[in-house]
Amino acid sequence: MTAAVSISLEVNGERVEAHILPRLNLADFLREHLHLTGTHVGCEHGVCGACTVRVNGEIVRSCLMLAVQTHGGSVETIEGLSDSGEIADLQAAFRDRNALQCGYCTPGMLIAAQDLLQHNREPDREEIRAHLSGNYCRCTGYQAIIDAVENTARARIGRAP
Amino acid sequence: MTSVSINPDTLSVLDRPNSYIGKTVPRPNLERLLQGRGLYVSDLELPRMAHVVFLRSPHAHAKILGIDATAARRLPGVIAVVSGQELAAVITPWVGVLSHLKGLKSAPQNAIAIDRVCWQGEAVAAIVASSRAAAEDAAEQVSVEYQELDAVTDMSTALDPATPVIHAALGDNLAFERNHDAGQVDHAFADSDEVIDADFIFGRHTGVTLEPRAVVADWNAAEARLTIYQGTQAPHMVQNIAALHLGLREAQVRVVCKDVGGSFGIKVHIYADEMATYALSKLLRRPVKFVADRVESFNTDIHARDHRCKGRIGVKRDGTIMAFEIDDLTGIGPYSMYPRTSAIEANQVVNLVGGPYLTKNYRARARVVFQNKNVMCQYRAVGHPIACSVTEGLVDLAAMKIGMDPVEIRRRNLIADDAYPCASPSGLRFEQLSHHASLDKLMKMMDYDALRAEQAALRKQNIHRGIGIASFIEVTNPSAAFYGVGGARISSQDGVAVRLDAQGSVICHTSITEQGQGSESLTAQIVGSVLGVSMDRVRVILGDTDNTPYGGGTWASRGAGIGGEAALQATKILRKNILDVAAVILQSTPAELDIANNSVVNAGDGAPRIELNELARIVYFRPDTLPPGVQPELMATRHFVPREYPFAFTNGVQASWLEVDTDTGFVRLLKHWVVEDCGTIINPQLVDEQIRGGVVQGLGAALLEKCIYDERGQLTNANMADYLVPMSGEMPDIDVGHVVSPARESELGAKGAGEAGTAGAAAAVTNAVNDALKPFGTIITEIPLTPQVILTALRRI
Repeated sequence: MTAAVSISLEVNGERVEAHILPRLNLADFLREHLHLTGTHVGCEHGVCGACTVRVNGEIVRSCLMLAVQTHGGSVETIEGLSDSGEIADLQAAFRDRNALQCGYCTPGMLIAAQDLLQHNREPDREEIRAHLSGNYCRCTGYQAIIDAVENTARARIGRAP
Repeated sequence: MTSVSINPDTLSVLDRPNSYIGKTVPRPNLERLLQGRGLYVSDLELPRMAHVVFLRSPHAHAKILGIDATAARRLPGVIAVVSGQELAAVITPWVGVLSHLKGLKSAPQNAIAIDRVCWQGEAVAAIVASSRAAAEDAAEQVSVEYQELDAVTDMSTALDPATPVIHAALGDNLAFERNHDAGQVDHAFADSDEVIDADFIFGRHTGVTLEPRAVVADWNAAEARLTIYQGTQAPHMVQNIAALHLGLREAQVRVVCKDVGGSFGIKVHIYADEMATYALSKLLRRPVKFVADRVESFNTDIHARDHRCKGRIGVKRDGTIMAFEIDDLTGIGPYSMYPRTSAIEANQVVNLVGGPYLTKNYRARARVVFQNKNVMCQYRAVGHPIACSVTEGLVDLAAMKIGMDPVEIRRRNLIADDAYPCASPSGLRFEQLSHHASLDKLMKMMDYDALRAEQAALRKQNIHRGIGIASFIEVTNPSAAFYGVGGARISSQDGVAVRLDAQGSVICHTSITEQGQGSESLTAQIVGSVLGVSMDRVRVILGDTDNTPYGGGTWASRGAGIGGEAALQATKILRKNILDVAAVILQSTPAELDIANNSVVNAGDGAPRIELNELARIVYFRPDTLPPGVQPELMATRHFVPREYPFAFTNGVQASWLEVDTDTGFVRLLKHWVVEDCGTIINPQLVDEQIRGGVVQGLGAALLEKCIYDERGQLTNANMADYLVPMSGEMPDIDVGHVVSPARESELGAKGAGEAGTAGAAAAVTNAVNDALKPFGTIITEIPLTPQVILTALRRI
């Protein structure tokens, strides 16, 4: 165990200074140190996608990244994306389509879906399924999630769902 | 592709103007989960809270010779290291048996192992520290000396005289055996034109809830009360068991259940490490938090479905099924789980095989054996996937043998829709099922004939697609027959309290629980509809034994049918009470008044008379203006439990359309259909999503999921990279249709829908794979249908 180090970063647009052990992963840093509990921990080995957040604009699994690696960077979590309104339409589509049951995968699923829609404005169902195939949902069977993302994409390019 | 046809004759109080019943409305409070503002137990922090990590056995079976925690205790942040013996000072052991499962036996189980471990993953010590990381660091410094013992791993030899007996006091490794013999089985087989045998193998798999099991136990010595925050499906059951084994009165235990990250039956049991956490809190007089990590989840969350079932069917050349016979064997680990026991799944298999069909000739044996693997117990659709796969697999084999279409043989043998009420050969009573209407609807939805033509055309191009059909029945709305009669203090009744608050909104407390199924929504829909208020005025509170009525919770597809009926009956009383006081205020009579759109209105012309918030203002703040002797009761409570039928059976049929790559052994799911009859549909979208989610869990079992143990009892794939679960990329779209036969025992008429998808999915897929492989003359009766299983059957490897 090495000594604690200082990091400085931006989280959801707010400046954060912290003194942490180098072994601390980003998911635990967000949840336990910043109390941003919307980032969920499912498998702690990078398979389930529940801990997906955005770092410097790219989605990452926060359980596979050390918090110290975000020094000088910018982290966005479900709390930030909700407060800014960036994914309000996607969240509404999930609600209307009942694309969540227990809700534990939902923050990660929303962030992964938003990432797809930023890179591909008009994905077909297969592309949506492929892009979300690293996010595990045990409740829905996925179809409602695919529908909600598809509906959001259509609405964003100005077509009725 | 959903169609709903609700018969208005059956919906009295629900068939009112602006009713929410039968309508798709978004679930209340989803926004909380969508914005990451849920409160799961893993999110919870309390002042002085400590974290526990369990040191777990690396051996499947071993004596504990000594535990040395000296080094661990010296580490910073470590509060305590506690052995099983030390913890036994505050918690008693338990035995997972029920008296109605005759002959079921098990051994006393401790919260933390004492002297001996019986499966890889059983806790041998608890390390409590100021943080989880500190506790994990300390756990590495605890040394345990083991003496390995022979492990019983193969259930097929567990009863052999040469196999060691895991619990010597029990005499053998047989936990439970049930035999059933109905009708004239031997005669029926003798009279059959063909008799077909098959051995069915089901892989042991598990629930993989995305949020692992989690509990925070808070013993407040100053109050002499224990508060348990737990992601559980059955808070009152947890209250009872915790009190019983900690030597407390139930009134000293409060169980609080906020958001739960998936349950599916995994969180309806009480695990040894959860008991240990309650006890540690009492021992250390402070809050203690336990959150399983993923490896612990695989090693300690209950497993399910490890069955080998020999099946036999007799059939006439005209397609008449003459008899079914099964011999089922299942291994449940070293202990029967507590308090629901591990004999229920095998018992269900015996109950359900042959259930959709006419034949009365049925013989069954089920044996449940102990082994040195993780415990097995009830998981979504308990026993149904086994029974359905065996029954529907045998029916397809019979059809194949006599050269009959699989749909045709079902048409000739399914119980007629007008033959109810009737009973199955295992004694199950059916009030009203709809097998034929469901099958007819399925044929239309999937365009069966066109699909068969497409299959034939593709076969010429060496593309091997298959169609699999599976009819099923499902146990829902269980009465006391499930657990209560066997002595378990697991309530089969549920209660709902509704009250009108001072601004005319409704607060509703229910004893059913929410893990995402939509319990809050269905309750609010029923209350809003029956009372005549909009759903946004109804607030539903659940998951708190200090505050909700006493009840069972949400499991066994019981929430809507039982909790929903309690909500309906309670709201009817509240409505009457409101109209009584409204009549006084308005100098009218209750019969002349109604409630609609949050106001008391004229029953005749619907004209608004007084808003509910105004009525509430008068009742709560100006009761002096009411006539003497008028005491309004703007709160009502009702409970409900089914009494006439032990279970409200539902039925349905599923179909799978898939393609088998005979070079790689991979199966590509192209489409899946379900027609299901769950009685009154409260919210079509929620029902369909329960079905879809359930189907995908069944598809995981069919193709992917298996806990792979080696011969020494080591679980070799206890992580999500090696244990495969269904992901979005490989799952098909699922079309869902309905037939509606409301339950007559309740005014609501709802039956359960949560397990139907899981019940039949694997059977449909297996039948489809065998249909696809017909040209190769091979039959597979093993799941998961991995490439290895398929290529082996094709003799390609």
